Amino acid sequence: MEKFGTAQSQKFDTYASRLLPREEFFTSGHRACQGCGEALAVRWVCKAIGKDAVIANATGCMEIVSSGMPQTAWMHPWIHVAFENTAAVASGVEAGLKVLARKGKLSGPPPKVVAMGGDGGTTDIGLQALSGALERGHDFTYICLDNEAYMNTGIQRSSSTPYGAMTTTSPPGKMSIGQHTWKKDMIAIAVAHGVPYVATASPSYLFDLFFKVKKALQTPGPAYIHVLSVCPTGWRSAIDLSVRLGRLAVETGVFPLYEVVNGHYRLTVEVPKLRPVTHYMKPQGRFRHLRAPEIDFIQRQTTARYELLLQKCQAPYPEFPPLIHAEKAEEGEEGQ
Amino acid sequence: MGHRVGMEVSIAVSHAVQLARAEAIAAYPITPQTHIVEHLSSLVANGELDAEFITVESEHSALSACIGTSAAGARTYTATSSQGLALMFEILFIASAMRFPIVMNVANRALSGPLNIWNDHSDIMAARDIGWIQIFVENGQEAFDHTIMAFKIAENHKVLLPTIVNLDGFILSHVVEALEILDQEAVDKFLPAYHPRYRLDPKEPVTMGAFAMPEMYTEVKMAHQVALTNAYDQIVKVWEEYAKLSGRQYQPVERYKTKGAKVLLLTMGSLSEVAEIAVDELREAGVPVGLVKLRLWRPFPFADLRAAVAGAELLIVCDRALSLGGAAGPVMAEVRSAFYPVASQPQILGYAIGLGGRDVSPQTFKEVVSQAQREAQQGPSQEFYLFGVRG
Amino acid sequence: MSKPMDQYTWQEIAIGGILIEPGSAREYRVGDWRSQHPVWTKSRCIRCGVCWTVCPEAAILEEPEGYFDMNPTYCKGCGTCARECVTGCISMIPEEE
Repeated sequence: MEKFGTAQSQKFDTYASRLLPREEFFTSGHRACQGCGEALAVRWVCKAIGKDAVIANATGCMEIVSSGMPQTAWMHPWIHVAFENTAAVASGVEAGLKVLARKGKLSGPPPKVVAMGGDGGTTDIGLQALSGALERGHDFTYICLDNEAYMNTGIQRSSSTPYGAMTTTSPPGKMSIGQHTWKKDMIAIAVAHGVPYVATASPSYLFDLFFKVKKALQTPGPAYIHVLSVCPTGWRSAIDLSVRLGRLAVETGVFPLYEVVNGHYRLTVEVPKLRPVTHYMKPQGRFRHLRAPEIDFIQRQTTARYELLLQKCQAPYPEFPPLIHAEKAEEGEEGQ
Repeated sequence: MGHRVGMEVSIAVSHAVQLARAEAIAAYPITPQTHIVEHLSSLVANGELDAEFITVESEHSALSACIGTSAAGARTYTATSSQGLALMFEILFIASAMRFPIVMNVANRALSGPLNIWNDHSDIMAARDIGWIQIFVENGQEAFDHTIMAFKIAENHKVLLPTIVNLDGFILSHVVEALEILDQEAVDKFLPAYHPRYRLDPKEPVTMGAFAMPEMYTEVKMAHQVALTNAYDQIVKVWEEYAKLSGRQYQPVERYKTKGAKVLLLTMGSLSEVAEIAVDELREAGVPVGLVKLRLWRPFPFADLRAAVAGAELLIVCDRALSLGGAAGPVMAEVRSAFYPVASQPQILGYAIGLGGRDVSPQTFKEVVSQAQREAQQGPSQEFYLFGVRG
Repeated sequence: MSKPMDQYTWQEIAIGGILIEPGSAREYRVGDWRSQHPVWTKSRCIRCGVCWTVCPEAAILEEPEGYFDMNPTYCKGCGTCARECVTGCISMIPEEE
């Protein structure tokens, strides 16, 4: 697991693009919007997954743009069932492959199982299935592609929509500033399930994303990666700004890139001095209606949460000494 | 070939699943199916069944996980009842549309509103259109037999459709019955290993569950309808093959003392055995009554039903569920519809009995018959009859 | 090779609507959507490959000498490559009609 170490992005990563694999697993010809950050994320996630894997996908943007009969953009074996059950389907695929391998019906080791879902299919309607799959400890990786709203059905809010953002079901108005709750902390939820590998990632930091996906796949048991996917259509930003906005999200502390390995927090992209959140919010039309009080609140919250994350990274590990097994304690006593 | 035991039907059903060598089970407990999944859990835990048992967190996830295991290429089983069946509702359609040969036992239980854990058919009647093969059994032996046969029917490459075997909750699931458990050797000979047509395999990648525009949806549905209708032939074939193995021959529509019967009762599930007693008693009293037992529900056996009922003047369809606000008795509505194109047909009346587990005795049937005969003679006074309702 | 959607008979569709040809989306010319396209100024290109990495469509191809160019079949003209180019050697030119 330490093979790739900490995926710390530095300038040299930019020039190492040629070291990345060339084979496309998420082919051209998909119907995503121009400049789609999620399509870029999926393109690279699929490359990081490699050939020997099976994908279970939720209903959502990526599923719709890539799998309209009779054409498919997927080079992987891929299954879509419904909106909220991706983690359950992936659990089934993992268990099915496990029993077939045990019975010697597979030629070779079982392929990796990857579940992909949007923020809608993960943080809201899919949360139950995700929780069940993480708790049962299936050997799979869940990748949440977070474009911060139910984009495919027309930009309705989700629990991943950031505070103050305009969506069609959290529109600003006389009685509303837009989304009035803070983004749901999925990393904390995954960590609370005792998942051995949890991480945030962004296609703007490509090597970081690439190595995190590889690490997740190699970690035995469940792994959860939350990928920020910029959506120019829903965020009302220019179509060529997706990679830049992803970078700004990290540099302003809005979406820090970190990983949690067996409960141990570690920043993978360090930002020595955070930029003001307005740098991130200004190019996006969905925040245009916000006034000074809201922006100030967002700035204070972002800074505070980032400090908290830094503290978590500093925290003594493990926090408490591990519980001693009952038998061992008895042996110890007898030995005395 | 087998050995006779006195065994709770739920346990017998779990032995059927064990003998069928199911490879993946994803199930969520719900009364009255619990004993089936509990026993399967212990068989897996004791190494007596080499399968993956996924203790999912809801029935919706249960069927979703079943689709996953079936897509991976494993022989898949689950069981549920009532609210659980209702919770997996959207996935039921998807499982059959995607042609996964999942076998499911439904221990029929009343649907809530109000909560009721006892037997009726409202759960499965609300799922008529899901596109699965659906079979009803009337006793424990049949529950055992049909669960084994379901795997063979579902996994046949000419069929490849998920299959439900309905057994009445509590009345069958929790009752101890003398029945024959087949030997593993006999079942292995009858039921070969599962070879999926397509599976999720990086060596031959496929895309499952693509979406269809209006230009293509109709065609995909046509293929499904044809497959389900044509499954009839394979079902009958499997039942004949099993008869050679077990000595028990099953038919899509079975008749009991229908010769010379002017009045016929139609029942499904365990009610059939009770009705048989009533038919015996009525016949002794000189009433020319017979019984038609509907075993195969989907695909609907139109020809067999029309043939079984030919010659009768009055057909009393006994529903154990309601289709509220409509024709009221779902089975009655489908039976009437089956006779619509037929030139000569009996008068068809529908009686709903035994809702929410209310006891149905032979006396109930005798009263239903005499009431129906009166109604038929005077001209039906109601659209449907909720028999035994107080008030 | 896939046909237009409304020409499939029900018998021609694989069981359960399964799609057995991976990557068949490549038959769809999404390049027809664009209203601008990228042009590389080779003299300023350092052949780093960043443009190739940031294209959501995988519509940037490497030429034999290591320079890059767009794939006209699939380039949607989003301009991300131009925006992310390290030396700024990519310009977005409107499609001529």
